[in-house]
Amino acid sequence: MAFDYEQYLRPGKLPHIWCPGCGHGIVMKGLLRAMDTCGLEKNNTAIVSGIGCASRLPGYVDFNTLHTAHGRAAAFATGIKLAKPEMDVLVVGGDGDGVAIGGNHFIHACRRNIDMTYVLFNNYIYGMTGGQFSPCTPTGAKASTTPYGNPDPVFDISKLAIGAGATFVARTTAFHATQIDKLIAAGLRHKGMSVIEVLDDCPTAYGRRNKFRSVVDMMKQLKEIAVPVKAAAHMTPEQLEGKVLTGILHQEERPEYCEQYQQVIASAQGA
Amino acid sequence: MAKKVALLQGNEACAFGALYAGCSFFGGYPITPSTEVAEVMSKELPKTGGKFIQMEDEIAAMASILGASLTGAKALTATSGPGVSLKQELIGYACIAEIPCVIVNVMRGGPSTGMPTGPSQSDVMQAKWGTHGDHPAIAIAPASCQEIFSETVRAFNLAEKYRMPVQVLLDEINGHMRERIEFPEPGELEVVDREPVTVSPEDYKPFDDSQGDIPPLASFGSEYRYHVTGLNKAADGFPTAKPELVDAEERRQLRKIEANRADIEKNEEYLTDDAEVIVVAYGTISRSARYAVDVLRKEGIKAGLFRPITLWPFPEARMTELANQAKAVVVPEMNLGQLILEIERVTRRVCPIEGIGRVDGEPITPAQIVAKVKEVL
Ligand SMILES: Cc1ncc(C[n+]2csc(CCOP(=O)(O)OP(=O)(O)O)c2C)c(N)n1
Ligand code: SF4
Repeated sequence: MAFDYEQYLRPGKLPHIWCPGCGHGIVMKGLLRAMDTCGLEKNNTAIVSGIGCASRLPGYVDFNTLHTAHGRAAAFATGIKLAKPEMDVLVVGGDGDGVAIGGNHFIHACRRNIDMTYVLFNNYIYGMTGGQFSPCTPTGAKASTTPYGNPDPVFDISKLAIGAGATFVARTTAFHATQIDKLIAAGLRHKGMSVIEVLDDCPTAYGRRNKFRSVVDMMKQLKEIAVPVKAAAHMTPEQLEGKVLTGILHQEERPEYCEQYQQVIASAQGA
Repeated sequence: MAKKVALLQGNEACAFGALYAGCSFFGGYPITPSTEVAEVMSKELPKTGGKFIQMEDEIAAMASILGASLTGAKALTATSGPGVSLKQELIGYACIAEIPCVIVNVMRGGPSTGMPTGPSQSDVMQAKWGTHGDHPAIAIAPASCQEIFSETVRAFNLAEKYRMPVQVLLDEINGHMRERIEFPEPGELEVVDREPVTVSPEDYKPFDDSQGDIPPLASFGSEYRYHVTGLNKAADGFPTAKPELVDAEERRQLRKIEANRADIEKNEEYLTDDAEVIVVAYGTISRSARYAVDVLRKEGIKAGLFRPITLWPFPEARMTELANQAKAVVVPEMNLGQLILEIERVTRRVCPIEGIGRVDGEPITPAQIVAKVKEVL
């Protein structure tokens, strides 16, 4: 039976603002399937975002939703989760939002290992403001503020998350639609900070400038660069040049922040 | 039974006031001269089952208290100069999304890092105009440690009642000054809790003003689900750019304060009845001013003190009456002329208005005020 997305969508809040061919819708569908798989309760779930095209997602879905300021989603989410640890808390948003302006909040949420699931839509560009480069724009690529090609090195979000202390880190792409929900579901089941990076496409602000003739071209590229971690183990550095590892990249058990804080409360209360 | 007493710093009194008001969440980032508020909260909150978190910066601290407040918690942050500057974007978010919270600003001098351990009153205009856009502001400036306690309680009450951020402005002097405090018994000071939502979850709209200008706020994690955004929005909380809805929302936010000035404004007057010169002073400097008024009275000069405790909304009506009765108004403040601008504006300068500004980290003394009053009369 076809999956009933409508049960999670807000009546009257569609059509969404996303351009035709934008990958954000694919990621949203994966997110809803994952939440359904994990049986998340609408009343007990908060979805928090910052600002950007990806960050408009919360407006469309029927949960407790919070569309905050640019870059600050993880910090708002931390307040919600610590104040009410029984709630399931998700963060969604773009690469600019998450690791440029929000970079500090992102790494510290990872460090605390607070139990939330961060779905980061990495389309290598600032979509909403019209295509300026982000910390994830490939070096040499064109953006509206890199007319001569991007001189900046690229942030690897998944590595950043692992390095900062997130205890579940996974990556996939908008092309691998069926993997999106599996990885998000695994992240939701994981106790602690989970980061799921989804490489996705922005035909409007990135594709046009970088000689992708169509959305299909962009999808093909996502397909080609993705290498599952297991397969990568048997590949040479030359073969891995320009590729991106996908699947669960990191998983470990480490005390979760809110649980640690319960111990603080216990000591303060003399237990 | 005798009341519990203690010798407390203003910053500590502020933290205990917050706890009395039912604060259950503190998100902060250390900065002198406000750190004692965080230190007391980190010790006391977990005893009550509340949560303390030291975030990675002031912006995060502000974000965390807004997230916590949406779950129903009474939430506090405390900071100083540069920290308040960083928080401004999210103070604006709290205004437009109408999220109750309390921000303590122990004011220090200078733009930028300025004088970390020096007192000042130079964030008075920032408390009103700091964030972008039109919005109302409530800011309170207590003078003594006992008053810091009770006004912090009132700050929470106003935040919850009017669904907005409230700032408590201390200065380094009363933040660090130690005074004897009597702890009020539970029930002795009014504690206002968030208005409960009475409509059914299907009918709930977080910004529905059909019942009045301050729609009740449901808690995340209850059976009410809703959307919050920093964009201008319609009654249901979803973004809109319809001119009439945006206009109505912005005006409602100003109205909820304008229409309730009598409840929010709080002033103290000392010997103003027959006063020919009115000294307007707030916070720590009001104590020098009161002393100066006594000195002047002994010399036969009819001086009086007007002390706004609520700085914003500014007590326009009473200030104007006093200016109309007086020959002159003197405004000592630890800045180079901030609240005096508002006094000049609202009174339309019906009489000479002179300021005493001091930004060298030293308090304004009674002698300075006495000398100025004699000069203007
Ligand atoms: C403080 C602040 N700075 C800048 C902006 C402008 N701004 C809005 S969205 C955005 C970038 C969004 O890019 P990304 O997070 O990658 O999301 P996308 O739109 O690509 O989905 C920027 C810079 C803002 N809203 N607030
Ligand atoms: S600008 Fe790019 S990211 Fe934004 S909706 Fe359009 S395609 Fe998607």
